[in-house]
Amino acid sequence: MQKLLLLGDEAIAQGAIDAGLSGVYAYPGTPSTEITEYIQDSRIAKERNIHRQWSSNEKTAMESALGMAYAGKRAMTCMKHVGLNVAADAFINAAITGVNGGFVVVAADDPSMHSSQNEQDSRVYGKFAMIPILEPVNQQEAYDMAYAAFEMSEKFNVPVMIRITTRLAHSRAGVVRKPLLEERELSLPKDPTQFVLLPAIARRNYKKLIETRPDLEKLSMESPYNSYADGSDRSMGIIACGIAHNYLMENFQERECNYPVLKLSQYPMPRKDIERMVSECDSILILEDGYPVIEELLKGYQEAGTPVKGRLDGTLPRDGELTPNIVANALGFPFEEGAPVPDLVVGRPPAMCKGCGHIDAYKALNIALEDYGPGRVFADIGCYTLGALPPYNAVNSCVDMGASITMAKGAADAGLTPAVAVIGDSTFTHSGMTGLLDVVSEGTPITIIVSDNYTTGMTGGQDSQALGHLEQIIAGIGVDPDHIRVFKPTAANLDEMVSIIKEEFDYPGVSVIIPRRQCIQTLRNKSLVLKVKELGL
Amino acid sequence: MKSDIVLAGVGGQGILSIAATIGMAAVDKNLHLKQAEVHGMSQRGGDVQSHLRVSSKPIASDLIPRGKADIILSVEPMESLRYLPYLSKKGWLVTNTTPFVNIPNYPEMEEVMAKIAEQTNHIAIDAEKIAVEVATKRSSNIVMLGAASPFIDIEMSALEEGLRKIFERKSDAVVESNINALRAGRAATEVILASRN
Ligand SMILES: Cc1ncc(C[n+]2csc(CCOP(=O)(O)OP(=O)(O)O)c2C)c(N)n1
Ligand code: SF4
Repeated sequence: MQKLLLLGDEAIAQGAIDAGLSGVYAYPGTPSTEITEYIQDSRIAKERNIHRQWSSNEKTAMESALGMAYAGKRAMTCMKHVGLNVAADAFINAAITGVNGGFVVVAADDPSMHSSQNEQDSRVYGKFAMIPILEPVNQQEAYDMAYAAFEMSEKFNVPVMIRITTRLAHSRAGVVRKPLLEERELSLPKDPTQFVLLPAIARRNYKKLIETRPDLEKLSMESPYNSYADGSDRSMGIIACGIAHNYLMENFQERECNYPVLKLSQYPMPRKDIERMVSECDSILILEDGYPVIEELLKGYQEAGTPVKGRLDGTLPRDGELTPNIVANALGFPFEEGAPVPDLVVGRPPAMCKGCGHIDAYKALNIALEDYGPGRVFADIGCYTLGALPPYNAVNSCVDMGASITMAKGAADAGLTPAVAVIGDSTFTHSGMTGLLDVVSEGTPITIIVSDNYTTGMTGGQDSQALGHLEQIIAGIGVDPDHIRVFKPTAANLDEMVSIIKEEFDYPGVSVIIPRRQCIQTLRNKSLVLKVKELGL
Repeated sequence: MKSDIVLAGVGGQGILSIAATIGMAAVDKNLHLKQAEVHGMSQRGGDVQSHLRVSSKPIASDLIPRGKADIILSVEPMESLRYLPYLSKKGWLVTNTTPFVNIPNYPEMEEVMAKIAEQTNHIAIDAEKIAVEVATKRSSNIVMLGAASPFIDIEMSALEEGLRKIFERKSDAVVESNINALRAGRAATEVILASRN
């Protein structure tokens, strides 16, 4: 069969399609975005009318996917690691309901924080939910796992997590496909109470989940993705999780590996393999591209037992992505670097595009704030976060999606007025709306700037759920329409913008200001341009 | 064969088309390939890199280890220097000489060029000038691929076939123009190599 050249993300998407997927539900987020985009562009997905529209946030995505699994079809939800925080309530409880159709959760982690606020490890969540986790080592395995995960989910009545990291998500290699399966028929769960998590039922379901533990461990022992390669040098055994196995093997291209190696790509951990390594080896090195999850488990709190090396004892750095060189250091293998980076090489920090509407909005905001002093702008996550950098230096916080409005509220409650929130249109519908309701309920005097560019710019210009009804939503939540102020952020409008912002600072209630201009990176997106025209924006 | 290539540039300069062309050729030749891209902030003028590994044997790591790259192929001069720690002692640095200045503190061009000239194995060509002569300015990335091609163990015909596959959806003229760019880039390197012998 012909090999397709696919990103890790795309391999997961193709694997899911071929496994008879009926719906993907997701909110964009690097490095997970390309999974859903691949399905949106897929011919088979179009022919089968697989659900593939973006959701408002990760929680709505997770719940919609669970609903599809309830109805007997195969569903997948994809998100970046921090998205799983947003969806965590649904996620943990989906392990208690179990599934009907197969249910797969893809979490894309970002060690080294290439484009994220933290490097949390989703395997912790998978363990917390007590469900199987698959961690592919390469693109083919990513495909194979996505293909197999739905059946696993159905057979063991649990959601299955696929955990990848940026490097695999955004790296391309050849993938061989398997036969395309039919979608599953619509069907109700056999037990009509299965998804009703009243305490009595939840207790019953939870016991069942606990009872699957031994079966899941057995499954990991027999998994084609886990393997124990014995070696003659038992002074050290190595456990290499997911993509870390590649970095390990890179160091054994020209030398033979005599250490026993456990390639670990399916959890819960294969207990017997671990016990074997502990009993046969003098020490254990653990390579994980993420938190020291397995290392902490094996190390425990007692000094007795087989010494464990990894991120916790300094054999590997405590944080950041693994690389072949970091692993070489851990193995004590010398390597010759190239020349150092010359001093004259300077950084190119990311910046907002020239001509971006956010820039004009910040210019106006900075002038309007001159009379009040610094430290009052609570921003959010999106292109506009780059307003934190020079020359604007316009932003004092960026924490998690939606936090701008609520943090401005808390600061205003503490007496900081005016307090300003800056949030994008997509982030507003992701998780700004509920915070706005808190503000409206109490009439907290803050000024909220929803910088509307009709799109989800930061992640590459996906649809924004706010398009066409932003003011209605804001008025519907209860903001006085007289204090919903829309204008076009351009250099020519600077004075007008400044005076509008100042007027709203003076208003002792909730104001929402909407600078509105299309993201210039989307000007060639014909369907968006058409939609904007139709809406008369 | 084995070619480990670090592709370098600034967002929007088309290094992913270079990767795609080599990738296409490698798949056609049944070679193994891994290509790690850096997405994310690329749209916004940040530096971008891609690790491209082609080999007749299976490839372990998606990332090239430091000190192991056979080629740094850069479409921007300062960016070519950012990845020097990856270049092996015998490796080639192949770079475009036209700077992409989107920062206030871009270093003096003479200093950048002097650093490039210090590298034992280097090729520096004005890809934009060549692209304008034989194709269009937009093909300067493919000129750079041509300039690096003598050091990549893949035949020109396979690279040309790769270009054809990638650009055939656009038009025959686009295909031809890119093939011209590829050949002109290679010729430029050959002239430099001949003059050094
Ligand atoms: C919980 C969570 N999900 C997804 C992301 C990824 N993400 C960062 S910014 C952004 C979109 C921002 O869109 P918008 O608010 O419209 O601002 P723009 O980038 O268009 O200016 C997304 C999806 C994230 N950081 N956190
Ligand atoms: S991508 Fe769009 S929203 Fe983001 S900085 Fe560029 S123009 Fe602005």
